[in-house]
This record gives sequence, structure tokens and C-alpha cells, in this order.
Amino acid sequence: MKKMNKENTVANKSVWSDNRFWQRSATWVTGFASLLLIWLTFDTMGQISMGNDADIQNGVTKRVPGPTVINHKITYEMSATRGHEVPVIGAKENFFGRSDYSEKEARALLHLGKLGQQAKNCMDCHTLLGNGAYYAPDLTKAWLDPAWGPNGPMQAMTGKNTKEEAMAEFLQHPNLYPTHARMMPDLGITAAEAKGLVAFLKHMSSIDTNGFPRNFGRMKGAVHGK
Amino acid sequence: MASNHLTGIGSESKQLATWYFTFAAIIFGAQLLFGLIAAIQFVVPGFLYGILDFSIARIIHINALVVWMVFAMFGSVYWLLPDETGIETVGIKIGKLLFWIFAAAIVVVVLVYLLIQVGPASDSTIWFITEGREYLEAPRWADFGIVVVVLGFVANLFLTGIKGKQTGVVTVLMADLIAFAGLYLAGMFFTDSITMDQYWWWWVIHLWVEATWEVFVGAIAAYGLINMLGAHRKVVEMWLWIEVAMLFGSGILGLGHHYFWIGTPEYWWEIGALFSALEPLPLVAMFVHVLYDWGKTQGAEMNAEHTDEGHVKSVIRNKPAFIWFVLNAFGNFLGAGVWGFFHTLPQINLYTHGTQFTAAHGHLAFFGAYATILVGMMYLAIQGTNGIKVMKSTKLSIWSTSLIAGGMMGMTAALTIAGYVQVIVSRAQLGATWSAYFEAQNSVWFMQAMDWRLIMGGVVFTGFILLVIDMLSTGKNPVHEREGE
Repeated sequence: MKKMNKENTVANKSVWSDNRFWQRSATWVTGFASLLLIWLTFDTMGQISMGNDADIQNGVTKRVPGPTVINHKITYEMSATRGHEVPVIGAKENFFGRSDYSEKEARALLHLGKLGQQAKNCMDCHTLLGNGAYYAPDLTKAWLDPAWGPNGPMQAMTGKNTKEEAMAEFLQHPNLYPTHARMMPDLGITAAEAKGLVAFLKHMSSIDTNGFPRNFGRMKGAVHGK
Repeated sequence: MASNHLTGIGSESKQLATWYFTFAAIIFGAQLLFGLIAAIQFVVPGFLYGILDFSIARIIHINALVVWMVFAMFGSVYWLLPDETGIETVGIKIGKLLFWIFAAAIVVVVLVYLLIQVGPASDSTIWFITEGREYLEAPRWADFGIVVVVLGFVANLFLTGIKGKQTGVVTVLMADLIAFAGLYLAGMFFTDSITMDQYWWWWVIHLWVEATWEVFVGAIAAYGLINMLGAHRKVVEMWLWIEVAMLFGSGILGLGHHYFWIGTPEYWWEIGALFSALEPLPLVAMFVHVLYDWGKTQGAEMNAEHTDEGHVKSVIRNKPAFIWFVLNAFGNFLGAGVWGFFHTLPQINLYTHGTQFTAAHGHLAFFGAYATILVGMMYLAIQGTNGIKVMKSTKLSIWSTSLIAGGMMGMTAALTIAGYVQVIVSRAQLGATWSAYFEAQNSVWFMQAMDWRLIMGGVVFTGFILLVIDMLSTGKNPVHEREGE
């Protein structure tokens, strides 16, 4: 014990074993990192604030477009400058038979959809923007999934003529459409809620996710000759 | 020296700690049970379909995880406060009242998850049933309850730290837990934008588990080393400050690795990659620190007290707790450090994000970084409340520790293989669509991995049962050296 104490008194003379030095270092490092995070957060808030209808009309690209994006066709295209795919907002396209949703109407639909997404706990089976549970497919670009397209098996299965109607039908009665042994349960989703949820999914597919997921819906024939 | 501090008899703060530990252990059991149900559903998809679906099993699995850990963290603080400050915790009566409010609120929240499950798409669901945001599913009313309880707890800690002796460990805990409490507020609002939602959601999740919780573990490890080994406080607290600098220095901006793909700007690629790549460094330091302190105090015992090797005693005053603390050092480095680093660079994360790879990392990291050290603290409390001077390992404690740690490693290995299948088949080959997803899920490697995950989950659960039996019986076991012997 004596020897240990002697060692410590010697060690006290070094800055590297001085507790106050390390306490101050910890405070400065933490403070600096926190300030940098807050500064970056302000910048990010500006960049991810949701756009509006005027942005879409004027071709202003927003990372998170306004809700009226549901009036338009959305595609996922390779960008030569950015080196990955980005969502592209195209010409007008019908959504449940209309392409003239006002800002207010579209916002209300998106609001209902986002509430529904939380109330039905989508995230504890699916991933959204890649976050959530891994029991069911990622929904980030679900709106763009070829399976829901005109020749896709999911649309055919529901007997509906459009992607949005097929998705809404599935969401209301998932237990009637067994797509896999792992079936989605009936969550009591109403017709209005389903419409909101599909609007939410369409809007999410228009978010610029820096190329995630890569090659979405483009790859064919890579597994056992299919 | 420190050993007489370990006596828990007569301290109300330590009594409250045992309440927190007991409730934590029960919720820990619930976490494992619902994890098993979810694991069975991967293998037998029809299991409890329409009664207790995967989403409900998983909510309880991950919420129970957070809750038992927070309870055990509070218990740890109430346990160590009298030792560190030299006084009884200030406002302990209110602390005890808040415990009952907290526990009752948790029971109500879980019953609502189980019995009501989902609600209509309305604000009332968000307020009274679930917020539906992974890890933060607790309804809004419970959020406010949690804030009140946590503020009461932080007040206990601050008033005691100010009135009593404010050691380095207490100072770190005070700074850390005020941040821990404040960050929860970032998760208490609704927004229509999923990008905005996830931006702030990560402030809570990441800045808890990859910053404030890690610093908490550093402080607990420091307390444990001083008390179990008689390690020199000055040296241990110096290490602690270095760890705080490294953990916050890397962990705060390491938050950027969650901002690669949620709609946030590209600069987070560089910031997230750089700082999160540094995150394993303090975990290496913590691992070295624990073993270094053991070697140093054991070496001092050998040199100073005895010349005859036959008389050299182990300096460890609580073997089972120390084993859990060493597992913590190793598991934190492996689960949070190595498994985290595997997929933290954006070039890799583009393919691994949202696969079982994340689940592999999550399981080993939560276990390695947090479950281990909190179980260790429970053993310290058992030692203290039973007046044990030197606590020995029992057959049960060795078996339970081995089964739990081995099962967790097996589960992690299985999930890692499952993750690889997903990365290659559903991401790299087929481009992440609905059919690409199920192509990977149906592959033989993936399905076998899920079988092994379930088996290993069973191993962990068996270990947990043995752990509970040991914890309930070891206090009276005559094998330990008692006070006054």
C-alpha cells in the first residue's frame, strides 16, 4: 500500500494524470461537440423543412416535398451528378380519381396518414426510411414497387384498377390477401384511413433519401435464373 | 475500506434501490418472454396471429428492454449514492413515492399494449394507446409521467450530490443524467413529416444509448472497481473523465450515422462516418481500464502483503458481480464497438441499413453494454443487503452467466448471417422491393438462422431462470464470507 501511495504522489506531477485537466478536457470536448451538433441541426432543419405546392409548380427541388406531390407522378431516377437515384416529380397523375388536391386537402390526407402510421404501429413490423422492425418489407419506396404497378401481382390480387386503390384495399383487409406465410394482420384500418396511409406512402417515396434503397425495383434475373 | 460501505442495511436509499432492481428483473423476464414469442413468429408465422401479432410482441420486447434498464439504472444510482456522498439520499421519501407511480404507470402502459393494441388514426390514440414510434411507443400521457418521475429522480441525485461529498463519479452522473432526462423531451411531439420525426427521434434514441447511457456505464464501472477491487479512486476517476471526453467527443456527432438515408443532407455521410468510426475507441479504453485495474490491485496485493504465493488472496470482493463487469467491458467493445463499426460507414450502410444486421448489433450491444453491468449492480446489492464481506460465485451463478452470454453470442451470430443473406439477396442482387425482401426471407440460410436464433433465445431464457434462482438464494448461501467473521 505504501508503495502505491508513493507512486501516486509521483504521478500527480504529470498533467496526464491530473484529474482536473481531464475534467476540463471532457467539458470542452462535450461542449464543442454539442455546439457543432446544434449548428448542424439548424442547417438541416432548413434543408428538410417540408415544401409547398408553389415549390412543386415552380420546379423547386425540396428534400421533403409538399403534400400536393400526391397530384403528380413520382419516379426514382439515376442522377448522373449525384451518382445515385433520386425521386423525380413528374407530370400530373390521378390519385383516387383526382389530380387537383388543394394544399389543404393534401395536407389533411398526409396528416391522417401519418397519424395512422403511428396509431397502427407500422414501424414494429416494417421499416420506414430503413428504420423500424424487420418482420415485413421496407416501406420507404413502397409506392414505387413494381408489385403494385399495372402488371404487378399485388394489384392483380386485389382486383383493383389503380395502384392507390389496390394498396388501400390491401390495407383494409390484409388478412384476405395472403402474400406470404407471414401475413399482415387486420388492424381495423378504415377506408378513410387507408386513403391517408397511401397518401403518406406516396409522399414518403418522394423524399430524397440520398439513394437509399439502391437499385430499387430495377434488378431482375439475379437469383436462380428468374 | 470500501467494503463496509457495501452494507445496505439501514439505508433507505439502498432499500429503494432494491425495489428498483426487483422490478427491473421482472421486466427483464418479460422482455425475454416476448422476445421468444417474436422469435417463434419468424419460424412459425401463424403463431398467435390475430391475437398477439409480431408488432405487439416486439413493442413489449423493446419497451421492456428500455424500461428494465432505466429501472436498474435508477436502482444503481440510489444504491451508490450513500457510498459516494457519505449521506442518506435527500428527499428519499419522494423518491419512494415516485417509484410506485413509475411502476404503476408502466403496468398500465403494458396492459394497454396487450389488450387494446392499436387505435384509430387520431390524436387520442397518440395520447392514450401508443405513439407508434419504435422504442418511444409509450403514449403521450405516459411521457409526461416519465418526465415528472425522472425530474424527481434527478432532484434526488442533485440535492444529495450538493449536500454530501461530491466525488468524480457523482459529478459525472449529475451531468450525465440531466442530459439523459432533457433529451427525452426531443421525442415528445407530433409532426406530419417522417423525416423531421426521425431526425428528433434519433436525438432520444442515439443520444441515450450511444452517449448518455455509455457515460453512465463508465461511472458505474468506476464505482464498481473502487468497491469490488479497492481500486484507487483518483486513478479510476481520471480514467472516467478521459472516457467521458472520448464518449461524448465521438458519440454526440456520431449521431450522424442515423442521418444517412432519412432525407437529411449529404454532409451527414462524412460527419456520421468519421465520428461514429471513433465511437469504438472509448469502448476499447474502458475494456483496458477494467482489466488494468484488476491487474494492478491484484499485483499490489501480491507484492505488498505476501511474499509466500500460497497466501495471496483474490482482491475481488464480489466474484459474480465482477464477472458481469468484465463481461460488460468485453461485450460493450464487441457488441457496440465491433458490431457497430461493421456497418457504420455509409458505403456499407447503404446495403445493411434496415436488415437483420442492425438486429445483430442491437442485441449484442444492449446486452454487452448495459444488461451485463446492471446485472452486476444487482449482485452488488444482494451482497450489501445480506451483509456479505466477500461474495463467491456459485454453480448457479456460473451456469447462468455462461448460458446467457453464450446464448447472446449465438443469437448474434445467427442474426449476422441472416443479415448477410438480406444484404446480398434482397439489397445487392434484387434491389429492395417487396419480392426482393421475401426472396431473402425464404432463402435456406435465412430460415436456418432464424431457427438458431430461436434456439439461442431459449438458451438465454434458461440462463435467466437460473440467474433469478441464484439471485433469490445466494444471499443466504453459507459459502460467502460474512461481516464480523
